[in-house]
Amino acid sequence: MRGTTKRTYSYWFYAPAGVVYGIFFILPTVISFYFAFTRWDLFESHWIGLDNFRQFFSEQSLRSSLRNTLVYAVTTSGLKVVLGMMLAVLLTSSIRLKAILRALTFFPVLVSTVAVGITFSVLLQPDFGIINTVLAKVGITGPDWLGNPTTALLSVAAVDVWKGVGLATVIYIAGILSIPRDYYEAVEMDGGGGWTQFRNVTLPLARPATFTVILLSFIGGLRSFDLIWTMTGGGPGFASDTIASVIYKQYQAGFYGLSTAGNVVLFVLVSIIIFPLSRYFNSREVDL
Amino acid sequence: MSSRTLSPAGRARRLGVEAISLVVALVVFVIPFVFIVLTAVKDEFQSSDLTFAWPTSWPVMDNIKQVFAARDGMLLVAFKNSTIVTVVAVTILVVLCAMVAFVLQRRPGKVANVVNALILSGLIIPPAIVPTIWVLQKLHLFKTIPGLIVVEVAFSMSFTILLYRAFIASIPRELDEAATIDGCSGLALFFRVILPLLRPVTITSVLTNSVFIFNDFVNPLYFTPGDENATVQLTLYNFLSQFSTQYNLLFMNILLITIPPLLVFILFNGKIVSGMTSGAVKG
Repeated sequence: MRGTTKRTYSYWFYAPAGVVYGIFFILPTVISFYFAFTRWDLFESHWIGLDNFRQFFSEQSLRSSLRNTLVYAVTTSGLKVVLGMMLAVLLTSSIRLKAILRALTFFPVLVSTVAVGITFSVLLQPDFGIINTVLAKVGITGPDWLGNPTTALLSVAAVDVWKGVGLATVIYIAGILSIPRDYYEAVEMDGGGGWTQFRNVTLPLARPATFTVILLSFIGGLRSFDLIWTMTGGGPGFASDTIASVIYKQYQAGFYGLSTAGNVVLFVLVSIIIFPLSRYFNSREVDL
Repeated sequence: MSSRTLSPAGRARRLGVEAISLVVALVVFVIPFVFIVLTAVKDEFQSSDLTFAWPTSWPVMDNIKQVFAARDGMLLVAFKNSTIVTVVAVTILVVLCAMVAFVLQRRPGKVANVVNALILSGLIIPPAIVPTIWVLQKLHLFKTIPGLIVVEVAFSMSFTILLYRAFIASIPRELDEAATIDGCSGLALFFRVILPLLRPVTITSVLTNSVFIFNDFVNPLYFTPGDENATVQLTLYNFLSQFSTQYNLLFMNILLITIPPLLVFILFNGKIVSGMTSGAVKG
C-alpha cells in the first residue's frame, strides 16, 4: 500500500511548481537579506553593514513611511471590518434587491486599481471635483484632499476601502449564512430584537470571518503601493509615502541596496504583525 | 423573518431600508462609473470641465480610434501583451497548482507540513523586488513577457493551491484507488481522471486569477518597464502624463480596460465571488 501511495501521489508532482516558486519567490526573498546590507548596482555589491538600515530609520522622509504604512493598514482594515459587517448584515436580511446591491458593492473589487486611482484623483480635485462641488452646495469648503499633507494618506485609504469593501462583505456574507437559523429563532423566542440577535449571535459566530477580513486587509494594507502611487505618488512631500512606495522610489533612483533594505523592513514588519495575529486567531477559533 | 409574516409597519420599514440602501449604493458605487463613461464619450473641450454635464457631442468612435492610435498604437500592443501574459500564466497556474494540491491533500505528513508552510509564506510575505529583478536578469528574463509570466505564476501560486486543495478534499479517495486498479497511475491518473473532475474549481481559479493578473500594475511596472512589453495597466499609467489635458481619451482608456473584467463579472458573478471567498476563508 505504501508503494501505491508513493507511486500515485508522487512528490514529483511538487517539482514544476517548486522550481518556479523556488527561483522566483524564495530565492529573491533569501538573497534580499544579503543585498540589504550592501551598496548595490545589480552588477556589483559592496558590504556596508547596517548603513542602509541606519539611513532608513534616520532620514525623516524614509522613517515617516513606516508610520504611514501602519496608519494606512489599520485604517483600511478597521473600516473594512466595520463597513463589511454592516453591509453583510443588510444584505443577508429580508430586504429585496439583495442581488443588485451585492453586485454593486462587489464590482469595484474587479476594476483595475490604476483606473480607480485616476478616477478618484479627478473626483477629489479641490476646485471642480464632484466631491467638493457637492460639499460647496451645502456650504462646506472641502479641503484639497490629495494635496494637503494631513488628508492625503487618509483620502487614499478611503478610496482603498471603497474598492475593497466588497470583498470583505462577501466574506462576511459567507460567514453569516453559515450560522444556523436556530440561534436567531432562539433569541426571537426569548423576545430579543434585531440588535440582540446581532450582538449575541451574528457578532460572535461571524468571528472567523472577522479574522479573515482583518488578516487579508492587513496584509494588503501593509504592502499597499499601486493606489497610493497613482493617486499621490507618495506626496505631497512624503506625506503619503508608504514602505512599498519608498522601495519603488529608491529603486528608481538606483539605490538598489537601500530599496532592498526597505523590502527587508517590510518583511520584518509583516512578519511580526501577521504571524502572531494569525496564530492568535487560530487559537481563538478552536475555542468556539 | 420571512416577508409573509411582516406587519404593515414592518413592511413600511423594510421599504424605507430598501430605498435608502439603493440610493446610497447608487451614489457611492455607480456615480464614479457614470463619470468614467460620460467623460470618455465627450469631446476634448467639454471633457476638460470634469463635470457630470450631458455630452454636447458624442465623438465615441473618434475617441476610441484616437486612444488606439496614440503612441503608435501602443494600447493595441498592450492589449496583446496583457492577453498573452494572462492566458499563459493562468494556464500554467491551473496545471501546476492542481498537481501540488492533489498530492498535498492526499499525502499528509512532514513533507506536506513544509509545503503548507511555504504556501502560507507566499500569501503573507511581500516579494523582494530588486532581488527578483537580479534573478530575472541573470536568466535573461528581465523586461520580457516570459519573465513577467513566471513572476505572476510564482506570486499567485499560494492562493491557487489553497483553492484547489479545498476542492480536492471533497473528491473521495476511493476514486483514485478504483482508477489505480484499472491500471491508471501517476500522471495518467491525474490528467485523465482527477483534472477533469476539478472543472468547477478550475473555472473559478481561471476567472479569479485572470482578473488579478490582467489588472496587475505593480509587477509590470517593475519587471517589464518600457514601451515594448507594456501591459494595459502600465499603458494607462503612462497615458496619465500624456493625456493630462485630454481627459476624454484618458477615461476612454479606463473604460476600454474595464470592459474585460466587467464581462467576466456579468457572465460569472457567482463563480468569482465564491472563488474569492473560499480562497480567502481557507487561507
